[in-house]
Amino acid sequence: MANMTLTINGKEVSVPAATSILDAAQGAGFFVPTFCHDPALPSYGGCRICVVEVKGARALVASCSAEAANGMVVETESPAVVEARKTILELLLANHPADCITCEKNGNCRLQDYAYRYEVNPSRFGGERHNYPVEDNNPYIVRNMNRCILCGKCVRICEQVPDRAVVALAYRGFNTKVAPPMDTDLAESDCAYCARCLLVCPVGALTYKNMIGKGRQYEIRKEPVTCSFCDAGCTFDINYKGDKAIGVTAKAPGNGRPLCLKGRLGLELLYVDDPMAPMLKKGDKFVLVSWAEALGFDGVLKKLKELKK
Amino acid sequence: MLGAHNSESRDLSEETAMAKLLCQYRENTCMVDVTKLLLNFTQLESCGKCTPCREGAKRMLEILQKICDGMGEMQDVDNLELLCRVVKGSSLCALGQAAPDPVATTLGHFRNEYEAHIKEHRCPAGVCTALVEYGIQADKCTGCGICLEACQAGAITGEKDAPHTIDKAVCTKCGSCIQKCQFDAIVRA
Repeated sequence: MANMTLTINGKEVSVPAATSILDAAQGAGFFVPTFCHDPALPSYGGCRICVVEVKGARALVASCSAEAANGMVVETESPAVVEARKTILELLLANHPADCITCEKNGNCRLQDYAYRYEVNPSRFGGERHNYPVEDNNPYIVRNMNRCILCGKCVRICEQVPDRAVVALAYRGFNTKVAPPMDTDLAESDCAYCARCLLVCPVGALTYKNMIGKGRQYEIRKEPVTCSFCDAGCTFDINYKGDKAIGVTAKAPGNGRPLCLKGRLGLELLYVDDPMAPMLKKGDKFVLVSWAEALGFDGVLKKLKELKK
Repeated sequence: MLGAHNSESRDLSEETAMAKLLCQYRENTCMVDVTKLLLNFTQLESCGKCTPCREGAKRMLEILQKICDGMGEMQDVDNLELLCRVVKGSSLCALGQAAPDPVATTLGHFRNEYEAHIKEHRCPAGVCTALVEYGIQADKCTGCGICLEACQAGAITGEKDAPHTIDKAVCTKCGSCIQKCQFDAIVRA
């Protein structure tokens, strides 16, 4: 495949054709912030935080969704780029609660990191803020849509499993919101609580219920394990605070496998000192079930007991 | 208003032909108010995908509303200029990129009107309700009493055949009196 040679911040860079400017710049060692970009997801180009200046272009270019071309001259931190990024962050913060002190994502939040890096003024713009009720009526995921920055990654990763596609972007303009069908909540939807959306959320809009209040991001040590409940081999993180295993979180889906609740629950039982109570949805309600039922072993256990007799 | 801000350097007819729209405004149109109207359209049309248009157009509209309400500060003009550059320069589609055009144009050509709203608390065109006052010119008023009957708020007082007056503290600025007066005695400024 033909190579493209372009200049990024004065440095000549050569990349294969169809490489994005973002990949070219990051590959050459330059910092470019992203919210909505994920190499495993379809390109989106919505957050605009990755904009760069391309000589001769009419406007700033979203580097994640523009391909590098021969002879391109790119600046990743020019005054116009920095002004745009800073303003975009200020606009996001104008509609984001200042509740970092109690947010579970504190210390591992891109919005926080970029706001720090670009020295934003969080109160430049006042005005209307969203005031959605926090959704915590299911046993696994807490959704706080006031913190959502609408990068759309949860929507795209949920859509990758065709029979799920539980959440989508609803409404328009300033009222845009990530919502399950009919703008209800996850408890009423077909959500399987696989936590793929939690893998990608760059801010604190989505939180594992089993991790709330158990430790700050910088106190937690993560150790990856491969789930052995099926042959797909998804990866999960066992979260430790000191020596104590406090909870299991999803890390990466295995090939052809969308991650699942059963795997996460099973590993929670296996590794965590004080595992969460297994709950399954029966009819309209979540009910406490036995571990055997939650992990799908109740049939086998019943037969084993019969054999024992 | 589209593209008129650079009409000095580019062919205006070409710009307007592209927009297929030419609006003509007179001295009784408040440029801040009409900008608010135009931006309200783009803000309602915004799909919400990209941050600068979704959040930026909303904030610009709020700032314009603040200025029309007489609560503006000079910092707001700086913020508008910043948003004009960023929303135009980094929005995803042409709607977002064109959204700040009315603001940039009016700020370029009618900056004095913005400053009148902010510094003098005055709407030169007499449009922005929060910044106008109704008054009766005593030399033109015949004391016919029609405005007195038309006023729902009971702000107008006066004896028959003697000049009437408007109590500005009671007046709701609805404009009923000015419509009914047959002697052009009532002024809005």
